[in-house]
Amino acid sequence: MAITVIKGGKIYDPTHGINGEVRDIWIKDGKIIAPPIEPDSLPEKVIDATGRIIMPGGVDMHCHIAGPKVNLARKMRPEDKRYAPHVSRTALTRSGTIGSVPSTFATGYLYAGLGYTTAFDAAVPPLSARHAHEELQDTPIIDKGFYLLMGNNHYALEQIAKNDNEKLRSFTAWLLESAKGYAIKLVNPGGVEVWKSGGANISEIDQDIGHFNCTPRQIIQGLSQTAMDIGLPHAVHIHCNNLGIPGNWRTTQATMDALEGRRAHLTHIQFHSYGGEPDDQGKFCSKVQELAEFVNSHPEVTVDVGQVLFGETTSMTGDGPLGYYLHKVTGKKWTSADTEMEAGCGIVPMVYKEKSFVNALQWAIGLEWYLLVKDPWQIAMSTDHPNGGSFLAYPEIIQLLMDRTYRQEILKRVHPRVLERSCLKDLDREYTLNEIAIITRAGPARMLGLKNKGHLGIGADGDVTIYNESSNILAMFELPYMVIKYGKVVVEKSEIRLQVPGNTLHVSPSFDPGLVGDIRKWFESYYTIQFENYPVTDEYLSGGGTMIPCNKK
Amino acid sequence: MFIFLRCVLLKKIDNHEGALSMQNELKVVSNATCTFCGCVCDDIELTVEGNHITKAKNACVLGKAWFLNHQAGEGPVARIRGKEATVEEAVEEAARILVDAKFPIIYGLSDTTCEAQRVTVAIADWIGASIDTTTSVCHGPSGMAFQGVGEITCSLGEVRNRADLVIFWGSNPAESHPRHWGRYSTMPKGLFVPNGRKDRTVVLVDVRRTKSAPAADIFLQIKPRKDFEVLWMLRALVKGLTINEADLIDTGVTLEQLQNLVDKMKACKFGVLFFGMGLSMTRGKHLNVEAALALARDLNAFTRFYANPMRGHGNVTGADNVVSWQTGYPFGVNLGRGYPRFNPGEFTTTDTLARKEADAAMIIASDPMGNFSQAAREHLGSIPFIALDTKETSTTRAAAVAFTTATYGINVPGTVYRMDDVPIPLRPAFESPYPSDEKILRALEKKVLHLLKEKLQASN
Repeated sequence: MAITVIKGGKIYDPTHGINGEVRDIWIKDGKIIAPPIEPDSLPEKVIDATGRIIMPGGVDMHCHIAGPKVNLARKMRPEDKRYAPHVSRTALTRSGTIGSVPSTFATGYLYAGLGYTTAFDAAVPPLSARHAHEELQDTPIIDKGFYLLMGNNHYALEQIAKNDNEKLRSFTAWLLESAKGYAIKLVNPGGVEVWKSGGANISEIDQDIGHFNCTPRQIIQGLSQTAMDIGLPHAVHIHCNNLGIPGNWRTTQATMDALEGRRAHLTHIQFHSYGGEPDDQGKFCSKVQELAEFVNSHPEVTVDVGQVLFGETTSMTGDGPLGYYLHKVTGKKWTSADTEMEAGCGIVPMVYKEKSFVNALQWAIGLEWYLLVKDPWQIAMSTDHPNGGSFLAYPEIIQLLMDRTYRQEILKRVHPRVLERSCLKDLDREYTLNEIAIITRAGPARMLGLKNKGHLGIGADGDVTIYNESSNILAMFELPYMVIKYGKVVVEKSEIRLQVPGNTLHVSPSFDPGLVGDIRKWFESYYTIQFENYPVTDEYLSGGGTMIPCNKK
Repeated sequence: MFIFLRCVLLKKIDNHEGALSMQNELKVVSNATCTFCGCVCDDIELTVEGNHITKAKNACVLGKAWFLNHQAGEGPVARIRGKEATVEEAVEEAARILVDAKFPIIYGLSDTTCEAQRVTVAIADWIGASIDTTTSVCHGPSGMAFQGVGEITCSLGEVRNRADLVIFWGSNPAESHPRHWGRYSTMPKGLFVPNGRKDRTVVLVDVRRTKSAPAADIFLQIKPRKDFEVLWMLRALVKGLTINEADLIDTGVTLEQLQNLVDKMKACKFGVLFFGMGLSMTRGKHLNVEAALALARDLNAFTRFYANPMRGHGNVTGADNVVSWQTGYPFGVNLGRGYPRFNPGEFTTTDTLARKEADAAMIIASDPMGNFSQAAREHLGSIPFIALDTKETSTTRAAAVAFTTATYGINVPGTVYRMDDVPIPLRPAFESPYPSDEKILRALEKKVLHLLKEKLQASN
């Protein structure tokens, strides 16, 4: 019954058009309420936010923080952590390691420390959903969930090839319900299966993927339609074919056209915006202008950037053949883990260098995306953590977006050819605080269909970040004054004050139980665990879990 | 008086019949999970009569022994220095031992649920202990090799559905993982392997002709302590380098045999190399495994090729995963400075014991007093330690505080990980009068936190 009030802060709540107005925020039982009119309802806690900036808690809609692939990366790279800062235990909080792939408790604390209160892991194979859930239970404070890999799932491919949309819908619903996942994820649709079958990869969306007799185009169309038909809160989430290959902008364009007006989210779009040719590094250039034009004229499509930052990190992806490619290109150690009937994965340490033409252009391409997409509601901030860089670099990206002088300074340092292959030097736009609030919380929450996140209206979850206003943008965003989760203070003066478990957010779409028999028959023919042992039951959901409803038409 | 006696007698008969009907109460538990070896078969059908499992359909000889020979624990739940105590007293004493220690170590963990493992790492964190699992005496070197080279792996269903070349190196599955072939790797029909065994070539490489050898199409008997050299020869041949017959003297294999194997590896559609302790625990250890992992990686230039460890105890893979996600490192972790540090050899248990560094310990679901080196055993016997186990062992007998706990998978539900990292739920057969490891550990964690708080307040 406790009421908390945050008084006198400057509110940035883009969902409700509030742009720096001074208002109070009232929270009761973890939800934002209207200011109470009863004279004797004294708030139990009063937080003085005079002169400070208030935003809803941050929402990261694409990162790799839990599950088998992330854990393999942790295990694989002790050297990444040995000299890195660490998280020491306190009387209240657990210890952890950081580097490019933080341990689970550290992940929760670090996100909260940055003012983020929700994060979604981008790629989990359903067979390992139980593992991802266990890790999320050990990732405190933030609300969380994950997307399910489906773009190389054998049952899905079979139905897509037959054009059996009813079975595809039922399967998708059953799969999401069984794994307690949140959304459909396509990673190199069809390409991972081609790789697992002994082929090289897919380079065009009309390429036949062999045994399954369908094309990436059909997978993209089938599953984007399914996401809409079963009313999932988030659109299909697509990691396009041909990631990282010069010239791949055409694949991205073809993918966008293949959608034919359907809702979709194209992820880490920076890695998919390259002009040039695969065998001639010299011709590498940016094609963001062409692709951004599409996004600007298609409100049903959203993107997140996948910004590259200079420094060392770890690449980890469900794109198995991409892992092999990166290993060959960098010569670094390589881990790959294929999951029966479902998915693949690749992990390779990465370094992005200012003086490397390719890396510097990747960095510039990411920034071009932020600056060329006109409507900030269509673009979310991400580094595809940790692929482009750590989520800890978000404050630096904010600085790059809000301060063009800072951008120009770095442009002077990087490989000079970037100036001719990218239009970044001519982009003067500077993001406002309102726009930053959109791309780091309001926009992602809307893209995810999370009605109670990313805003400070009545009924929203009481997730609030209070920043100290400062002209030093980096300092301001790196160290929030206070972070509040469901109305309770969790971070204050860079210390964790309260360890709450956070809630696992998942969907439970309805499906025709009559079609489960067909799924079972397929499952029992090929899997190596029992059908009954596949679904994840409720006790794996952190904080009891919250089911986000679907809007089936 | 007579009526009274009659009532008493009738009551006794009622009770007796009640007891009998309890004993004969029959139930069947389907899709039960066996945790004896890393195969973690989850298709076992258990017939349960009261508190005995009388049938374990689908289980192999090891699984049957695990289920049918399971003895309910005996004696009290808790003992302090051999004498029965209440759980509260024992938890208090155990917490004191851990909190007062300067270099506590925690070891074991492979034969318990992930839920229990997670609480154990929490305790290690709060007291600044070293935490290590049985990995360090088994596939620890494989973990280290993986850190050097990476690894190309797959789930067992990929093998079932795609593998046409299956190699076992330093592993004797017929005896250590009896259902591996039948359920996963050589016999089953798969999506791209419609004829099962007929579509596969099975190769066995070992230093002696084990019981697994007759099942292989090709058996290569290499000389002991030559795995490293032979693996590197294979790597060289895969890369097209020239090897002389003379280089192979003393290895037990010929150039022709190796070239033949390399040709098969390059030409297969999907090859997998399963390796066991014959590589990870013999001369070379992690260098052997590195060579095997690198070989599999190199072959990906030609085809899909994988290298998977044949992991032992049911949930050692779970222990690896839990310690990794909570600390960032898989085993041999020290939390004494307030954050995780990793160093095999420095923080692994055989070493912290043999070098007499530990001054207290907690041993969970493991029996180091039964199988560690003399130096390690002697030292363990000289320090106060806590033991949790389902049965009496030489370790529990020497413990300052011992808890008898219920058996995971038979009495206790939870999560375990198969050798290929697939997480699987347990379906227990019957309840035990003893508490689960998790229950004891949670009580212990609470007590430890309480004592630490007291300690802090006292020093302020």
